[in-house]
Amino acid sequence: MAQVTLRNLVKDYDQTPAVRGIDLDIADKEFVVLVGPSGCGKTTTLRMIAGLEDITGGEILIGGDVVNDVPPKDRDIAMVFQNYALYPHMTVHENMSFGLRLKKLPKDEIRRRVAAVAGILGIGELLDRKPKQLSGGQRQRVAMGRAIVRNPKVFLFDEPLSNLDAKLRVHMRTEIKKVHQKVRTTTVYVTHDQVEAMTLADRVVVMNAGLIEQAGAPNDLYHSPATLFVAGFIGSPAMNITGCALEEAAGALRVRLDGQVSFPVPAERTARYRAYAGQRRLLFGLRPEHLTEMRPHSVANQCPVEVTPEVTEPMGMETLVFFSVNGTEMCARTNPAANTQPGVRTQLLADLNHMHLIDEASGRVL
Amino acid sequence: MSASLRKERRSALVWSYVFLALFAVVFLTPPLYMFITSLKTSAEISSAKLPWWVFDPTLDNYSALLTSPAYLTFFRNSALVSVAVVAITMAISIPAAFSLSRMRFWGSGALATGVFLTYLIPETLLFIPLFKIFAFVQDWTGIELMNHWWILIVIFPTLTVPFCTWIMIGYFASIPKELDEAALIDGAGYLQVLTRIFLPVALPGVIAATIFAFTVSWADFLYPMAFATSIDQMVLPAGIVSTLIKGDVFNWGQIMTAALLGAAPPLVIYAFLMDYYIAGLTAGATKG
Repeated sequence: MAQVTLRNLVKDYDQTPAVRGIDLDIADKEFVVLVGPSGCGKTTTLRMIAGLEDITGGEILIGGDVVNDVPPKDRDIAMVFQNYALYPHMTVHENMSFGLRLKKLPKDEIRRRVAAVAGILGIGELLDRKPKQLSGGQRQRVAMGRAIVRNPKVFLFDEPLSNLDAKLRVHMRTEIKKVHQKVRTTTVYVTHDQVEAMTLADRVVVMNAGLIEQAGAPNDLYHSPATLFVAGFIGSPAMNITGCALEEAAGALRVRLDGQVSFPVPAERTARYRAYAGQRRLLFGLRPEHLTEMRPHSVANQCPVEVTPEVTEPMGMETLVFFSVNGTEMCARTNPAANTQPGVRTQLLADLNHMHLIDEASGRVL
Repeated sequence: MSASLRKERRSALVWSYVFLALFAVVFLTPPLYMFITSLKTSAEISSAKLPWWVFDPTLDNYSALLTSPAYLTFFRNSALVSVAVVAITMAISIPAAFSLSRMRFWGSGALATGVFLTYLIPETLLFIPLFKIFAFVQDWTGIELMNHWWILIVIFPTLTVPFCTWIMIGYFASIPKELDEAALIDGAGYLQVLTRIFLPVALPGVIAATIFAFTVSWADFLYPMAFATSIDQMVLPAGIVSTLIKGDVFNWGQIMTAALLGAAPPLVIYAFLMDYYIAGLTAGATKG
């Protein structure tokens, strides 16, 4: 049972700000992922929760108690490191039981707890091996086992999968999710991989330049990004974003990307956008899956657009089509059966129900 | 392609053996010569016969030394000094290296450099000031520090501690930071991080430092020569030279025997610790 609360948390390294005041409430049993580009302060935040970094300002509460000056060993947390940090001279069993032995628990209880956790993680056969005799995935499991066996209030994960190859990473991602479903413990997980963030999190916290850009459920972040940064960071391939002008004619709004391409703004958004018509520098955003091959359409606000594809990338289940509008490369996800060819002028269908309008100066999504 | 690669490899191997053989000859000839000489009588040594062959082998030199109370005293003194120096050196160097490599505190960087600079001061420069200090201490307190074998236990750490600290800073610094962070989170204090993580993982470094400290205190010649004058207070290197060279008479057979026997303990220690020293214990700690 533990909530984690960050209040106006600040960290400076020799005058250089790394974390510039973040507020976050993490509920008991919640799986929160901090995601952002390198240098955004996510790992620093995690290390401050762990007690491995002093904090410059603000407060950290674990289970309702301020732990600003509590050393790591008394915070009742467990951490899984990017490079596993297994003790090389100890067997798997000794690695996993190290914390319990320090607490001087009875031997048979230690044995029982290690065996139970090893069972959950499927490493029961490896208990007598040394870390160097294990593969990357096995080491990762042992590192997780060492954390779980202590039954802490909070799990902290610091990019635990980034040292694994792509296939194993996807596999371990599922494993971590399964483990969290079995061992429901409050978890803070740091990654730079937005796919990992989306798939694992109850709530994703996108960080940039030491601040929280947006926090929310994965799908909310994906469909309703609050800022330009989040819009561009979440989603792969990334959202198409290009400069645009908002024109008003006869009570209706049009988004103009360049001389040829312009779209009508859905009527229900007219009121929301009207104030921005014709004045500020605006950006238009539309995800690749909302730009498809031409097909019969009856839904409102779907609009054909004629483009010349420059490159096509067949992915099997879909074909990515790249073209330029207004000097910006755009991407569409099309049905392979449409057989779009590079250099051949073709019609695509834009679904403007999912468009975003972004104020370039403030970076806010309007 | 593969043929030329094999050829290249072969020639590299041949040259390695050539140089290894050369080094082996250069380094093993003196001990071999000592061994041959130790089996000769003084008469045979001074005769002009072939020096690389023993015509009348004898163990007289060995039995003379091993029954000589003076030689056995040197041996005992050397052993006590070396063991004590190794213990004191480790007791100081290990915590020093740990704190200098891991704890950031005011002046830690300067202190680490200072430790290294201390080692750069040659011992020949220090023995006269040390002599003055001992005389001063005796004047003021009446405690006689000169001419006692145990004073070497106080002096030798000034030579061994800086170097041993320096090697172990290097070894400790190579231990991934996450390892101690993991231990701290697992509930260990700094002392437990040192004893349960650092010492086992950096064992090769600790052993290297032990070997160094032992060798220095076992083999150092200048300080024992300068600070001990009575026969019963001497250690091996100074004792051999003081007792077996009488005026201009060199008792070569016994000198060689004494030196050979004196070299045995370090040799035995090397042989035992080498395996640990070479074994790379850090493999598998992190990815890599």
